[in-house]
Amino acid sequence: MSYTGERMLLSSQREGQVSRFRPWAFFVAPLAAILFQVYVPIFFQFLKFLEMPLLVVVYFAIMRRNQISGLMIGALVGLAQDSLTNKPLGMYGITNTLVGYFAASVGVRLDVEHSFIRFLLGFFFFVFHQFFYWVMSRALLGLVLRFDWQGTLMSGLLNAVVGVALFHLLDKLKEPA
Amino acid sequence: MESLLNRYRNITVLLLVIMAQLVLLAVSAKNEQDVRFIRVWTVTAVTPVARLIEGMRGGSSGFLHNYILLHDTNEENKRLRAELDRYKMENVFLKNELNTAERAKALQVFQAHTASKTLAATIIQMGAGSNSHVVFVDRGTVSGVQRGMAVVTPDGIVGKVTAAYPTASQVLLITDTDFAAGVVTQSGGVRGTLRGLGGPQCKVDYVPLEEKVEPGEWLYTSGDDRIFPRGFRVGQVKIVRSAQPFQEILLEPSGLQRGLLEDVLILVEGVHEVIPEKAVGLQPVYIAPPPPGADAKPVETAPNPSGTEADRLRQQYQSLGNEQKHTYGDNPPGAKAPDFTRLPSPQGAGRAPATAPATSAPANAAPASGAAPNAAPLPGTKPATGAPTIVKPPSGAPSQASPGRGSVPAPPGATPVAPPAAPPVTPPAAPPATPPVAPGRGGDDATRRVNQARGGQAR
Repeated sequence: MSYTGERMLLSSQREGQVSRFRPWAFFVAPLAAILFQVYVPIFFQFLKFLEMPLLVVVYFAIMRRNQISGLMIGALVGLAQDSLTNKPLGMYGITNTLVGYFAASVGVRLDVEHSFIRFLLGFFFFVFHQFFYWVMSRALLGLVLRFDWQGTLMSGLLNAVVGVALFHLLDKLKEPA
Repeated sequence: MESLLNRYRNITVLLLVIMAQLVLLAVSAKNEQDVRFIRVWTVTAVTPVARLIEGMRGGSSGFLHNYILLHDTNEENKRLRAELDRYKMENVFLKNELNTAERAKALQVFQAHTASKTLAATIIQMGAGSNSHVVFVDRGTVSGVQRGMAVVTPDGIVGKVTAAYPTASQVLLITDTDFAAGVVTQSGGVRGTLRGLGGPQCKVDYVPLEEKVEPGEWLYTSGDDRIFPRGFRVGQVKIVRSAQPFQEILLEPSGLQRGLLEDVLILVEGVHEVIPEKAVGLQPVYIAPPPPGADAKPVETAPNPSGTEADRLRQQYQSLGNEQKHTYGDNPPGAKAPDFTRLPSPQGAGRAPATAPATSAPANAAPASGAAPNAAPLPGTKPATGAPTIVKPPSGAPSQASPGRGSVPAPPGATPVAPPAAPPVTPPAAPPATPPVAPGRGGDDATRRVNQARGGQAR
């Protein structure tokens, strides 16, 4: 089933096809993303803006088109991220859980194979992730932080661009129909 | 109820998960204690992989880095070796150039100072045989070279032209066994025949046993062979042995002391030169005896007997200043000037002042006849006796190359020798009328006029 670029919205949920992945992909891809997040910036500081775990959560959520799967992936990846930070457990977990849930919800209605949709989703969920994390930091942890809109938007654009390429790469992990 | 759960299953799960994480967050934030096992699991899952990746990265990058570094090192080593070789060659070349320049300069100086007409030549090749002491120079008959011409360097003779070709000439070195030249010793004038021995040394033949030749003596060309002009250095005697029927004298040729030659001079027109004799500085110097009564006053206080009118005038003013306790040039502003009206009249200007030491004139007198010369006085002292003094220079005094060209220099530290018997300066009997001498410029002018008048009288 192929989709043209002119039709981004699906008329019904049935048009959407649930992608199936090899089981190890759900483990290897998030682990690679987390490793990238904690390892690559050591050598390339400018790549620190990339939120690879988030992009992986978004990808699996929108491709699985299952909200529970999306939120579970988000929760696990988020908790893994929390485990590798000095912040209390649950900050990234809750954020990524919400991202996974909403990404799966949106993916049901959108043509997630489309690059532009992927770009928009990547940008939107990055900004949402950053904003929600900032809200939680202020609300739950009482941290007085300033939200950098310009930096967040710029990083969102860059992450969206990288996300499009990453999604194409992760498409290779799908099981053939 | 079941349908309700099915309908809101997703949101229910979401809320449960979020609630669970909120609890987790609350616990860890409130107690500042994590649920440690979650972090342990995550770190345990992530760290080995990271370590593996780091190991792979480090190994691969290290391998690549070392490989590239070693590769570069080899390249750099090759480049540096090539550069070093190039610099070595350049160094040798520059040293040769420097030696050539020094030799050319020496040749140029020698050419300028020798009376013979010379032609500079460069040795371009050696003789073919290993035992032949023959070289070829780049000057031939085209340049005016003829067979039999002498070949020299500033250090001494080198050989003679045995064959002249249009563009080159063959030179037989003095070390060759076929070489012969007439030589003479520097001091005794002992003559002999120089012959090559095929080695670094040469020998001098036909020196009778009764002739005295000592090692270290210099030999010069005698000019008897009609090849080498007289007066060119040959070498220094190294060994002298008694043999039959002549002495065995070995010497080192000075012209070949610097090893392989490159530039030589061909004597196109040889001119005999004077053989430098031994240093005349070793001869004793006669010193006149001090004048009688010189013990009272040291000689240093005597005025210069060969002083001029200006010296005499200066002494007059000095005496006048001493009488009036006036020191010239060391008085505060407004100090009283000396009374120059007490100066003697111009007629008496030529005479010795009254305050002049009486020993000045007798100091110039000739020594008494029959006085025996004494030994040399200690340096820095003056002869106090009435006998003349013979001053001998120290043994290490430099020798004088050519006697008769100038006076013998006094050895360092020796007593100054007074000139022999200079007649005392006496004023003319009737000096012309001159204006009175006044200090300052006027006085100098008057003195100048007096001198001019005396000069005119003398002429």
